[in-house]
Amino acid sequence: MKKETMLQLGILIFGVIAPMLIPSLSFQISILWLMILFALTWDMMGGQMGYNSLGNIAFFGFGMYICAGVQVGLYYDLAEYTSPFTTINATFTPDQYYTGLFLGIIAAAVGCVFIALILSTFLFGLRGPYFAIGTLGVALAAGELIGAWEYIGAGSGISIPVHPGEAGEKTQLFYYLTLFAMIGTFLFVKWLYGTRWGLAMNAIRDDEEKAEAMGIHTYRYKSMTWAFSAFFLGISGALFGNMTGFIEPLEVAFPTVTFGIFMVAMALLGGKGTLWGPVLGATLFHVVKEVTWTYLLGWQWVALGLLIVLNVVFFQEGIMGWMARKWPERFGLSVDSHMSRSKQSEEAS
Amino acid sequence: MLDNIAILVAAPQFNVQLLLDGLFIGAIFALAAYGLALVWGVMNVKNLAQGEFVIMGGYIAFGLEKVGIHPILSLIPTIIIMFAFGWLLYVLIIRWIIQHDMFTSLLATFGIGLVIQQALNLMFGPEIQTLNSGLEIRYIMDGMVTVSEIKIVSFVLCCILALIVVLFMKRSRMGQAIRATSQDARAAKVMGIDTERVYAFTFALNAAICGAAGVLISMIWLIQPFYGITHSIRSFVIVTAAGFGNLPGVIAAAFGLGFAEQYSGFVLGAEFQQATVVGLLIVILVWRQMQMARSRQVVK
Repeated sequence: MKKETMLQLGILIFGVIAPMLIPSLSFQISILWLMILFALTWDMMGGQMGYNSLGNIAFFGFGMYICAGVQVGLYYDLAEYTSPFTTINATFTPDQYYTGLFLGIIAAAVGCVFIALILSTFLFGLRGPYFAIGTLGVALAAGELIGAWEYIGAGSGISIPVHPGEAGEKTQLFYYLTLFAMIGTFLFVKWLYGTRWGLAMNAIRDDEEKAEAMGIHTYRYKSMTWAFSAFFLGISGALFGNMTGFIEPLEVAFPTVTFGIFMVAMALLGGKGTLWGPVLGATLFHVVKEVTWTYLLGWQWVALGLLIVLNVVFFQEGIMGWMARKWPERFGLSVDSHMSRSKQSEEAS
Repeated sequence: MLDNIAILVAAPQFNVQLLLDGLFIGAIFALAAYGLALVWGVMNVKNLAQGEFVIMGGYIAFGLEKVGIHPILSLIPTIIIMFAFGWLLYVLIIRWIIQHDMFTSLLATFGIGLVIQQALNLMFGPEIQTLNSGLEIRYIMDGMVTVSEIKIVSFVLCCILALIVVLFMKRSRMGQAIRATSQDARAAKVMGIDTERVYAFTFALNAAICGAAGVLISMIWLIQPFYGITHSIRSFVIVTAAGFGNLPGVIAAAFGLGFAEQYSGFVLGAEFQQATVVGLLIVILVWRQMQMARSRQVVK
């Protein structure tokens, strides 16, 4: 068996049996699966297509709100449910809960695809850093506008329907759903990078004008790729909203300065533009963050910001990029020893 | 919303109030935006920590007030501290991102902003603060319009600071070196200008300008550790609307933004004030891009 297949199988087996081995950590591990999903979806845009987005987190929030809206809206009036002035006795039978959840996740994914397609009509005119600022603006504006919209609870948010089973069952259910979403994203992305579509994305990254001149319909590729990443982010938002049980616009649904920047940092840490880089980066980032979090006594956010700065400034190639430079043969890159030597001596001089 | 517009039509005094407030606040926006345009134009670094510098300046004044220094007097120590901070930041981090692509500068300065806001939050707490300057509030037009004296003082100070910066850029040796470097860094180097030092000075000058703006903001408005990002977005709105190196444009755009924010806050409600800023950013970026796309098509 190839090493890569073994690694994939190993992750799959660990993912399936982890909640039985270490049930106390299963919430943490399901967040890890979401983090990997974030990094993979960001890398589709930033790493493979060269469109660095700082606002992909908007789809996470939209997915969360769409799913919550469907879950509640199927059985109750949403305006009444979220209003602070009237209290309605909202209970959900198991049947209602699972139908709502199922339809909610689908609606979140499809809704996010549509939102991505609408946003791309005007955002893909922006190039380079302007695209990054524009998407950041979209994410911030989305948080502000949803926070002002009374119908869906404005700043006070929505409480998600309570899972009808016991507490442990809920954690387990969402653990497997996040695992499933992560694996789905990984397999999709892996397949996509091997197709003509993946080559077109790379062509856009390398030189957009030339790609267009070669007959690649760049706008179609850009908007559809964004829609793909929105699809998976929408699902992740729907799941995360249900895991926390309560959503509100600024901290949970549109966390631009936390999850929104983490996804970029994780992809860069692992090495952008590679398949395994985001997975590796997200795992490392999440594990280090969770282990050191409590020991830093309130300064953890400062440490995290410093880590991001150092990573971006001094270690931009990421772990995969560093390894590819160190052992190019293993990555299928052939090195002309004569040329590399002359180049090294050039750099040294 | 329509009711609020009706109020504005029925009572024109409110318009005067909104325009005055927009003018006073817009002057400070212009200061911070000029700093951003400077760094952007000279070093090609897009500083997303701009707003955090502003808020940091405000908190330095807040800290100095606790040891008994009047906020207006704290302008000078704040400028010095922020200048030193900017220089340090350049030596430690910014120096390394100039040669990278622009997204690196965005992300790295975003990270710096994150560090600053969290550090301020730990040191001063997340409460909203405002500094009391001890000046009085005047009522004009039969008490319908309030003008606090501190706003006028801050407006005057703002104009003086802007004048000093502009004169510095025009007349002084360093200002000329900065302008030369922004035109052609390589030629400037050949002519014997220490471009490394010019970059450091530019970045430090930007931090000092932002710090001064922050002191003024803390006196006439509010500061809070996490308000920085909106200030950054404001600076970006102004600079993208005006283009850098265009001082009258920056001033006009800053006043325009000040008016727009005051009016949207009044007409749509205070919760839409930030959304207006961000919405304007997207509109201006897209409009700007449409113009650029037109020029691209000419090349084709």
